[in-house]
Amino acid sequence: MSVDKTSATPQGANTVENTEAAAAAVTAVDPRLLVREQGLAGYFGEFKRKLKAGELGSMPVVIGLIAICVIFQSLNSNFLSAQNISDISVTMVGTGMISVGIVFVLLLGEIDLSVGSVSGASSAIAAVLAVNQGWPEWAAVLLAVVAGAVIGALHGFFFAVLGAPAFAVTLAGLLFWLGFMLKILGENGTINLDSDGLIGKLTTYFFSDVAAAYLLAAVVVAVFFLTSFLGNRRREAVGIPSRPLSDTLMRTVLLAVVAFAAAAMYNQYKGLPLATLIFLVFLIGTDFLLRRTSYGRKVFALGGSVEASRRAGINVTAVRISVFAISGGFAAVGGLFLASKIASANQSAGTGDLLMNAIAAAVIGGTSLFGGRGRTWNALLGVLVIVSIQYGLQLESIAEPVKYMITAAVLLTTVVIDSITRKTQKTAGRA
Amino acid sequence: MVHVSATPVLALRGVSKRFGAVQALTDVELEVHAGEVVALVGDNGAGKSTLVKTIAGVHPIDEGVIEWDGDAVQINRPHDAQSLGIATVYQDLALCDNIDVVGNLFLGRELKKWGVLDEVEMERRAQELLRTLSIRIPSVRIPIASLSGGQRQTVAIARSMLGEPKLVILDEPTAALGVEQTAQVLDLVERLRERGHAVILISHNMADVKAVADKVAVLRLGQNNGVFEVKTTSQEEIISAITGATDNAVTRRAARTTSTNGEASQ
Repeated sequence: MSVDKTSATPQGANTVENTEAAAAAVTAVDPRLLVREQGLAGYFGEFKRKLKAGELGSMPVVIGLIAICVIFQSLNSNFLSAQNISDISVTMVGTGMISVGIVFVLLLGEIDLSVGSVSGASSAIAAVLAVNQGWPEWAAVLLAVVAGAVIGALHGFFFAVLGAPAFAVTLAGLLFWLGFMLKILGENGTINLDSDGLIGKLTTYFFSDVAAAYLLAAVVVAVFFLTSFLGNRRREAVGIPSRPLSDTLMRTVLLAVVAFAAAAMYNQYKGLPLATLIFLVFLIGTDFLLRRTSYGRKVFALGGSVEASRRAGINVTAVRISVFAISGGFAAVGGLFLASKIASANQSAGTGDLLMNAIAAAVIGGTSLFGGRGRTWNALLGVLVIVSIQYGLQLESIAEPVKYMITAAVLLTTVVIDSITRKTQKTAGRA
Repeated sequence: MVHVSATPVLALRGVSKRFGAVQALTDVELEVHAGEVVALVGDNGAGKSTLVKTIAGVHPIDEGVIEWDGDAVQINRPHDAQSLGIATVYQDLALCDNIDVVGNLFLGRELKKWGVLDEVEMERRAQELLRTLSIRIPSVRIPIASLSGGQRQTVAIARSMLGEPKLVILDEPTAALGVEQTAQVLDLVERLRERGHAVILISHNMADVKAVADKVAVLRLGQNNGVFEVKTTSQEEIISAITGATDNAVTRRAARTTSTNGEASQ
């Protein structure tokens, strides 16, 4: 038996392995596939492969964001001004929070149409309790968020236990909670919030100390680097494939550039916005929940195959209800930020294009409508696109109708990209 | 030939199962030893799936005794079967397409460290498991959707091995596979036997049965229709047992007497 190292056939691999151990005669890794070159050439090759296989992930939306920045900046040099970026960062949080909840529901392959109404209802609950009933604001906020989660769990119950389609259940929720909000807001229809109170501060507080933004950027970059570095060290130690150090460094540098550039921008205006900080904390938290805990694994499993999940012993009903509760909870949090922005809870809260924007943001960011694929960061990217377009058009004094049409075009483009990539993925065997 | 133990890992004695007016299983006998592959064959509706489900705890038996390592046991729920050490790989593979190989192998029993998924340990164990079973896949970190049918089947079987079961039940593992992929799965079945697992293999494919099974148990209309040693039996004999070509008064009597003799001698 000759040891033929140049042969690419499985037999070739066999004979090579044979010299080492007779028992484990065959390598576990198929020698034909997924060998990546290191360094820049490797990145380029990987990029080309992903492009061909339709694994675009967040790439289209990042390219789209850059295009938006270039176009609007060339139209109006105020677009990338510190003030505009700060405004965008604060405004996006309300819709973005709702969108995070939507990502969870989309991961199951379901939809929640009630998030707009639930966000309005929750802000109304907080306002009634804090202003009309004289509760301390923190208690009102807490109860509003809990109420959102309970409402979501209720929708989840109808869907998961009684088997009603989520689409219909949450459509009923959309109507019911809109009515509920109008009822508790009462005759006036508007409850003004104390703009110096807790809810008011959500979108008006800025960490004016320049150190705050830089410190946050530094901490984020350091934590990212340490976790990647230590993770890779551990992988190396037990002898499973790990990223080369150059790879980790490159990612860290990229993150550092973005983080410190954002921090510098914020500091040129009022400083790090509290709203943005809270949004980031929630994004990091939910990303951790989805990708690093067994709960998140269960959510993805349900999005892939309900039957497989059930056979693996996953409590399908409980996970489904919890996901809708999370969606309701995030709708409530988003509602509070939206109420904070206008310093009141009023009858138009949670209506209009809010629901559509929240869903569009998740999808534009790269969450699949078909379930099982997506990250909560998609909500950030998607909502950045939507709010950037709104602000850009506002700077150009382009009227509301055009804004809707352009947002529609962006959404349609995204869905088309999603569908085409799915087709490509199917032909590349990665659907 | 691999050493076969004296006490069967699993023995069914006179198992019957009735669904309403349908007598699905009547007095079925089956024995599986450690390190032995028993093929369960029969025509559609012969009761193969029902029999497997009674062993797996999906349908509790009505009459008869299930013996595990020589002791009578009750299997009323899938959980009972699992805790005894019975792993079942169903025909539809029950894998999640969007999750990678490691995630699927450990789905529902993730390894955790301080409440957080221990991906490193899971990946290490996955590699180790796949290596011992000589399963080749491009990477343990690609989604199941990227794998071929045969590779998926091997992953599904590997997953059943994580709990170190004594008995593995494979329901039509090669049904939808090509030639090369079928060979992969059959290789894997042989390795399960080499590692001392008892295997029940349900198959329609006589070539597969002849290739890997030690014994063939034929079911016909919910009853035993003979247990054959693969080495000494021709394919025609098995097929005629399946189709009932040998099913006449004489052979029935012969089968009855041989099976009672066989029991008496043990």
